[in-house]
Amino acid sequence: MLDVSALNPLQRVSLRFVVISLLFYGLCITEGMMMRSNQITFDMIPADHYYAIMGAHPMVGIFGSSFMLVFGAFYFLVPTLLNKSIYSQKLAELTWVLVTGGVALVWLSGFVFRYAALYTNYWPLPVSEEFSPYGLATFAVGNIILMAGVFVFAYNIFATVFHQRDEQKPMWPLLKSALGIDGFTNLYKKMRGRQEEEPIMPLPIVAIFRGTIDTVLDALVLAGVSCVFLYHAFYAINGTTIDPGWFDALIYKNIYWWGLDLIADGLVLIYVAGTWYLLATLITGQKLYMANVARAALLVELVVSWNVWSHHLLADQGQHNVMKIISGEMVTAFELVTSGIAVFVTLMTIWKARPIKMTPPLKFLLGGILGFSLGVPAGIIQADLGMNRILHNTQWVIGAHAHMQLLVGLGMTLYAAMYALFPMLTNNLKLKSDKLTNFHFWAHLVGGVGMAVSMGFAGMDGMLRRTIYPGNPDFQVEMIFAAFFGSLMVMAYFAMMYNIISSIGIKGLIEIFVKLPERIKMKLAPLG
Amino acid sequence: MIDSSDVLGLMKVVFVIYTMIVFSMLGMYAYSITRAHRVQPKFKVPFFGWMGFLIFVGVGVHVMTFNVIPWVGWDLTRDSIKADKEYRIAVADYEFHLPEEGMTIEEGDMVRFELESHDVSYGFGLFRGDGTMVFQMQVVPGSRNDIVWKFDKADTYSIRSTEYSGPRGGEMFVPNAIVVKPEVAVASINNQS
Repeated sequence: MLDVSALNPLQRVSLRFVVISLLFYGLCITEGMMMRSNQITFDMIPADHYYAIMGAHPMVGIFGSSFMLVFGAFYFLVPTLLNKSIYSQKLAELTWVLVTGGVALVWLSGFVFRYAALYTNYWPLPVSEEFSPYGLATFAVGNIILMAGVFVFAYNIFATVFHQRDEQKPMWPLLKSALGIDGFTNLYKKMRGRQEEEPIMPLPIVAIFRGTIDTVLDALVLAGVSCVFLYHAFYAINGTTIDPGWFDALIYKNIYWWGLDLIADGLVLIYVAGTWYLLATLITGQKLYMANVARAALLVELVVSWNVWSHHLLADQGQHNVMKIISGEMVTAFELVTSGIAVFVTLMTIWKARPIKMTPPLKFLLGGILGFSLGVPAGIIQADLGMNRILHNTQWVIGAHAHMQLLVGLGMTLYAAMYALFPMLTNNLKLKSDKLTNFHFWAHLVGGVGMAVSMGFAGMDGMLRRTIYPGNPDFQVEMIFAAFFGSLMVMAYFAMMYNIISSIGIKGLIEIFVKLPERIKMKLAPLG
Repeated sequence: MIDSSDVLGLMKVVFVIYTMIVFSMLGMYAYSITRAHRVQPKFKVPFFGWMGFLIFVGVGVHVMTFNVIPWVGWDLTRDSIKADKEYRIAVADYEFHLPEEGMTIEEGDMVRFELESHDVSYGFGLFRGDGTMVFQMQVVPGSRNDIVWKFDKADTYSIRSTEYSGPRGGEMFVPNAIVVKPEVAVASINNQS
């Protein structure tokens, strides 16, 4: 059982992130399955509730679950890898409070007010009279609080990387190393036969630093847009409607996708690459293979991620053809290369250390690589002028590409990190059941891939992603398969939660957040 | 002429094969790294060879579709294409305002659809009777939303909004909105009228 009193503040705050992340994930898959029931014409929820969930679902999944787990892991890893103290423990605590509060408000805007402008927020739908201004205000405030949490995280991480409390180092070499420029200079030196320099920053820190740059830019756009929403909501609540025509819908779409795409094609891929590199070195105990190339590739990925948003606008006829071809097709295709480098470097690092034991972190790491190996090419296919014309907004996009990447690729990578960090965060506590961990792996992998492939097939058969088809049997077979595989993922979740909770105990779980009185501790002890 | 059914039919096969290859290769890899002895690779993947392969695939997909899929060329040059028929469709308050005379097209005709949204963003997609998609585009307020398409098969198509525009958007479905008649049939319709 977990002895919370023996945890240091960093362990405790990281565990708080993990617990909240897993709870949000539970909410996300529960609501996902409720939506799934409507797709097999077993309507659990009315249409307005379906669309309200659809608007909140990605926010809860991406920010409430994935970001939360990533933030928790990085709050622990950055000081640990740099052998420094965290810049501010209070800001770390504030981060999870803000992100949790923000996501909860976004969710409540849908649950209470049926606000359903979708996470893409295509102008002017979010501010249209279709929705209650109170719903709009709740969504906007939630989003602003959420993004404030993201800013606090970024500030705290940057400050931890650069702060000089523990030792004095010149700033430029630190920045050069954090940006990965030393990866390029070392490659150049190697070509010229010169002595390479040992980089100051560990490679995972480089990935975290660079991913966080995209995180900040993304948060700037989303928070900025939310301020505009709040402005409209304020006037609407006071009985005045502002003409939304002041903002061009296509320009808005470009700005919004530039920001939002920094999540999908920026920080996720960069954070994931960094996590793979960290796990590969932790699992093998060896140095990363081609570390300089990996450092350089992370910088290339950062620049690539700023220039790919047009692949979301290939079906927008007002978007200029040059933008579609250069940004939408060609630069986007380079994501195949940058993610291919991460796959190559990770697999080679592990390969060189063979034979090794198949541990849960390694198993989940390979699952994560599999998810991206299937999801990234699916994205490249739809980022093509010809294919986009017949795939855009279908279930292919959200199934074979997005859910494959998020649930299988990112999800399994995060679980790999969670299983690897679990002993470090709990002072060598062991998980109760290896069988449950194995079940979690197989049920999540088969469920995730099966669901994404079923949705992909529905998309190729013409099923749209944001539409319900009441009484229409055209896509029943694919959706029944998707529901079956989705149920497997739910079972995987419960197996994992049972395993974790029975390992740390209910008392330990509660005491991660609040100190319990002795009387209650004694009552809970037998349950744990 | 190749249509979306041909392209997506082939893609289903490729997708299944690709998924099986990825599973097999990672499965073999996982098996090899955990053997008690140090397994020697059957073949080596050089880094620059891998990079070259990825660039070839990433760029090659676009080059191939540009040359094989006809609607890519139509799309990029649509400003200079002279259409046989043109339809203007207004969209407002979750409704497509289609031409009153209906839309009957002669097989082989190149048709331009031009849509204008008066409020939020919608989509414009054509679907066959079995629900498969012929094509789609976005209908963004304040932008020019036009597409040219050559109809080379006699059939009846439905229109559906393909972009989420609020809960009411799901109701934007017009069954059998476009009829593509064989050349002879259209001639007889014109004679009767």
